[in-house]
Amino acid sequence: MKTENQRAWFFVLPVLVLVAFNALVPLMTVVNYSVQETFGNNQFFWAGLRWFEEILRSERFHAALGRQLLFTFTILIIEVPLGIAIALAMPRKGPWVSVCLVLMALPLLIPWNVVGAMWNIFTLPDIGLLGWVLNNGVGIDYNMTTSPVAAWITIIVMDVWHWTSLVVLLCYAGLVAIPDAYYQAAKIDGASNWAVFRYIQLPKMKTVLTIAVLLRFMDSFNIYTEPFTLTGGGPGNSTTLLSIDLVKIALGQFDLGPAAAMSLIYFAITLAVSWIFYTVMTKDDP
Amino acid sequence: MAKITLDKLRHSYLPAPTSPADYALKEIDLSWRDSGAYALLGPSGCGKSTLLNIISGLLTPSDGKVLFDGQDVTTLPPDQRNIAQVFQFPVIYDTMSVYDNLAFPLRNRGVDEARVDARVREIAAMLELEDRLSTRASNLTPDNKQKISMGRGLVRDDVNVIMFDEPLTVIDPELKWKLRSKLKELHQKIAVTMIYVTHDQTEALTFADQVVVMQDGEIVQIGTPVELFERPHHTFVGHFIGSPGMNILPCDVDGGRASCLGQASELEGAISRVGGRTEIGNPPEFVRLADTGIPAFVRKSADLGRHTVIEAVAGDTAINAIVDGNAPERGAEVKLAFDPRQTRLYADSWIATEEAAQ
Repeated sequence: MKTENQRAWFFVLPVLVLVAFNALVPLMTVVNYSVQETFGNNQFFWAGLRWFEEILRSERFHAALGRQLLFTFTILIIEVPLGIAIALAMPRKGPWVSVCLVLMALPLLIPWNVVGAMWNIFTLPDIGLLGWVLNNGVGIDYNMTTSPVAAWITIIVMDVWHWTSLVVLLCYAGLVAIPDAYYQAAKIDGASNWAVFRYIQLPKMKTVLTIAVLLRFMDSFNIYTEPFTLTGGGPGNSTTLLSIDLVKIALGQFDLGPAAAMSLIYFAITLAVSWIFYTVMTKDDP
Repeated sequence: MAKITLDKLRHSYLPAPTSPADYALKEIDLSWRDSGAYALLGPSGCGKSTLLNIISGLLTPSDGKVLFDGQDVTTLPPDQRNIAQVFQFPVIYDTMSVYDNLAFPLRNRGVDEARVDARVREIAAMLELEDRLSTRASNLTPDNKQKISMGRGLVRDDVNVIMFDEPLTVIDPELKWKLRSKLKELHQKIAVTMIYVTHDQTEALTFADQVVVMQDGEIVQIGTPVELFERPHHTFVGHFIGSPGMNILPCDVDGGRASCLGQASELEGAISRVGGRTEIGNPPEFVRLADTGIPAFVRKSADLGRHTVIEAVAGDTAINAIVDGNAPERGAEVKLAFDPRQTRLYADSWIATEEAAQ
């Protein structure tokens, strides 16, 4: 018979308390807000599922969700293949390894609001290096405060610059873990470079790549600081992603009920997509 | 299928080797006939894997040539040498089925699908994998994975040589034995040159027609298992082969006669040369307990069922003996006699007696 040791609870308890205070309690507060209406003054009235219905029918929410999906999809389509390509091109041995790793890690070390501010200044048409060169050197009319297209290109380029490194580092870790014997066997089997990539490198990278895509999905889907510092959601609403819209509703308009309902829907989407993706990617694993 | 010749082969991992110690492989001259089974035997770091990688083309030697059927292939890459290699850890293509794994080397070479199918089924039958052809290779046990690695070598009928680099390291002991006999069986079915690298004497001696024993980047002896066992040319071979290995005792040589531990030792034949350091060697199988001989006391005694291995100490030298029947107790005083036909003189580790007339 298995002996049960109740003492184990004491070791789990601190973590439970910590998780309760930083996740469960705030989340429950949000759940609480989402089913009530308030006019301030700490008075609350029961609202049922009204806010959820309202949000799900709201065109504003649909538009923000659409922009969010477009943003996340675009950066994944760019960052994942680019990350794999850079990881493949990096040296596996020798003095350049550490140089490459440090260079790759640099963007990841910069605080998010600094990244936003940097790109903001970088792209200013009158004094920013990139903005000035594009307008005066190349002759392209580039101004992200007036053109939605320019604003979109800028936030995507910024995200690619900031986060491709994460994909690179994870893929690189997967690549260096492949024993030499695999490459030697492939050489002897007469495999082409493409076959080596398709049948050795890609399958061996699958686990880290799954993690990379998952992390990039969650981070980009919840992104707030960088685009907020860069464009503030503008021009107009053209770069108002879900999180920016949420903050506008919650803190700008102080509509706590709809904002809470939107938060929960937002959270559910993130969770569902992550779960489906992970389940599909790992279903063949032994 | 090819005859393999290694011509004055040397290799160093250093860019500018100066002394012999810089070489991982010291001058090797060797010729292997077509479709033989050979083993490279030696301890870790003796250069056997280096030699293997040079033959397969994964490594280009610093000096010397590799010839397949007289044709110089020294600078050819592995895929142009028509060789196959099985590595220490099974290499399989995880995402492919067993069938696709076996078909991979053929499809890469543009063999037509009908021929691929025939070959894959034939090899799978030989390896007893035919009922798993559609299984994903990553779901197999290590021994079956290693069978696939072997199969990818066997499936090509144009290979010059199949090389095995300690292929049974990760296999369970009981399956090791099975896989080893399978390999021997395959070699008899498919006449192809096979080179088997191992540090396990049992694997080498059971697999190969001819064993190459290596130490410190040098070949110390080439011979059939029986030759290696019966007349080691170097104390290392005697020490490495047999369980326990050959007794090696320091001795004095004076006027054409050797004496060891104060007693005259009779040798298999006349002394051919003397060197700085002289030793006599005698396998434990040929040490007898007698009425006269080297006095010693028994320090350890291990009953292995069919016979007993005793370790006796004479002065401060340990001598192993294999005794059938009643073995002396620990601490017993015994006298040890060496069979002269199996007692040889080694000068500076190399054999220095003439072979006894049969």
